[in-house]
Amino acid sequence: MIPIDYFVGLSVLMFVVGIAGVLLRRNALVVFMSLELILNAANLLFVAFAAYYELLAGQLFVFFVMTVAAAEVAVGLALIVEIFRAKKSIDVDQMSSMKG
Amino acid sequence: MLITYLIFGVFGLVVAASALGMLLSRNAVYSALFLVLNFATVAVLYLILGAPFIALVQITVYAGSIMVLFLFVIMLLGAEKMPPGEPLRGHRWLAIVFGLVFLAELVLFLIYRGGMQAVVNAPSLEFGSPAAVGMMLFQKYTLPFEVTGFILVVATVGAILFTRGEGFKSRKRTLGITSGDKAE
Repeated sequence: MIPIDYFVGLSVLMFVVGIAGVLLRRNALVVFMSLELILNAANLLFVAFAAYYELLAGQLFVFFVMTVAAAEVAVGLALIVEIFRAKKSIDVDQMSSMKG
Repeated sequence: MLITYLIFGVFGLVVAASALGMLLSRNAVYSALFLVLNFATVAVLYLILGAPFIALVQITVYAGSIMVLFLFVIMLLGAEKMPPGEPLRGHRWLAIVFGLVFLAELVLFLIYRGGMQAVVNAPSLEFGSPAAVGMMLFQKYTLPFEVTGFILVVATVGAILFTRGEGFKSRKRTLGITSGDKAE
């Protein structure tokens, strides 16, 4: 069957792409999607090692991560809509009102 | 087991390509659609790893509801395209360098860690089935499950409160604070 290192490598790639998205993009929505990609990379690792050790707890943790991610998306998108109402833009570089 | 390798190779390539496509596409709608593709293909990898329940939850929750929410907000705000430009000088190159450094770090860790040349065997059919997951969820992990439900309720109430009213007064009314309004 497939070596576990392949899954780890794929997960690393997704994680790095997500980090690069957070650092590179200025659109707050795309930054948020990159965060989802990072969570997804961690989930893939959880499921891979759950299959490797044959422990079901890893899959359950993925379930909890997914529900918390759903809650986070709901609150985060509400925040983004509110910020857009206030500033007419979702450029993360313009959210610097609290800069000293 | 050549067929498993073949499936993993094809879907792994799609996962990597769609992640890069999400990162590089200019239009936020395309980014969201690439992310949907990414989530769906990762769900296929979950199936290879013997987690059918998690795979279906991934498709319904992530590729379904979360990404629909994203697309809805993108189209609601009309924010699919940002004006070009780079307010912080050298920000882009610095970000690329840091990303590559992080990638090199993780790859070196993978290479020099040693050990773990092991393979993932296909688990038995009952391993990740909905019945097994449900039994464990409601027996051993009941309290975390309840806490998760509480978190979802709190998030829903919070999101409704955030997007509810225009001014402070309507927000007060939503919260049920009416005594101050009557005194005025």
